[in-house]
Amino acid sequence: MSNKLNILTRGFFKENPALILVLGCCPTLAVTTSVNNALGMGAATTFVLLLSNILISALKNVIPNKVRIPCYIVIIATFVSMIDLIIQGFLPALSASLGVFIPLIVVNCIVLGRAEAFASKNNVFDSMLDGLGMGIGFTIALVLIGAVREVLGAGSFMGFQFIPSEYNMLIFVLAPGAFIVFGFVMALVRHLVNISEERKKLKKAENNRH
Amino acid sequence: MEYILMIIGAVLVNNIILVQFLGICPFLGVSSKVNTALGMGAAVTFVMALATLVTSLLQKYVLVPLGITYLQTILFILVIASLVQMVEIMLKKVSPSLYRALGVFLPLITTNCAVLGVAINVTQQTIIAGHGFSVIDNTLYAVSIAIGFTLAIVIFAGLREQLELVDIPKGMKGVPIALITAGILAMAFMGFANLV
Repeated sequence: MSNKLNILTRGFFKENPALILVLGCCPTLAVTTSVNNALGMGAATTFVLLLSNILISALKNVIPNKVRIPCYIVIIATFVSMIDLIIQGFLPALSASLGVFIPLIVVNCIVLGRAEAFASKNNVFDSMLDGLGMGIGFTIALVLIGAVREVLGAGSFMGFQFIPSEYNMLIFVLAPGAFIVFGFVMALVRHLVNISEERKKLKKAENNRH
Repeated sequence: MEYILMIIGAVLVNNIILVQFLGICPFLGVSSKVNTALGMGAAVTFVMALATLVTSLLQKYVLVPLGITYLQTILFILVIASLVQMVEIMLKKVSPSLYRALGVFLPLITTNCAVLGVAINVTQQTIIAGHGFSVIDNTLYAVSIAIGFTLAIVIFAGLREQLELVDIPKGMKGVPIALITAGILAMAFMGFANLV
């Protein structure tokens, strides 16, 4: 049981796709101008990751090894087209603000990376957990960066304005702010993960001594 | 004149990496040396021009007349993937020296979101006002976007070669400090904002 839980939760921080593995940087930088956009992009990517992981692991014995990458891409592109049409139909405002980055989930390295590294080798249930965990981890990263950028750059949180617009630092919602905030958030999370790993090692060493 | 403005706009004002956030993965991945950055830039220029030409033709003569534009994403990524494969095989036969120079960068381009991003972008916006959907304009635009990509990646590689020698906190090493540097570079590119 703890093994299954581990598959789900390791994507949150320890192997966070955006902050530790540095995959899927383009959407991370582009759509994090506000928390709402970040949540929308995170949900769309999680949807694609979950379904493509399930289908690919279900079909792993059918797909010939030599043409597996094109097969994965077609499967992923199908789910991306689905979510693209769903968002266009039901959330036109979100579709307008995410723009080209919804179809670009196809080439998001997280999705193809998990298909190749996990779903093609494991059973359906584990792959589902892995897709869900990685998707949630990606969403956490997006929301963290989006929150910093929205609060500093627009003085609001999820559209709720609490700093008057004269005091906003516009640079944080523009391109340079994306790079700089992403850099600092990544450094912070890496630092915290390093500390927790070191503590675990120390504890282990102490237990061994007793 | 309008073409010159379009090229300046695509290279400096709307730089694909620093303003549009496309193609960040190769930007962070292979930009640690100036030479490899140049190789990547050349490979991307080649593939991007070819891919945009083919996808624009498909969009104009297949997808729109048949009314199946919802298949755009699937069709374009398949075209790009097979195009990259084809270019690789052809280059191996025709020009082994160029093939060796581009080497590992070619297969990487399939997952470069800049190529698909530009191919989709040119179908959604008019490149030059009043021209409508023109395959030639789209291809020229793709070439200038790719030049902008090469420019950014080469400048950044030059900066990163220096960064390796800097003493910084452990958590900052590698990608985080590279991103912050890219932020400052993006700030410099903001100076071009109202050029065109």
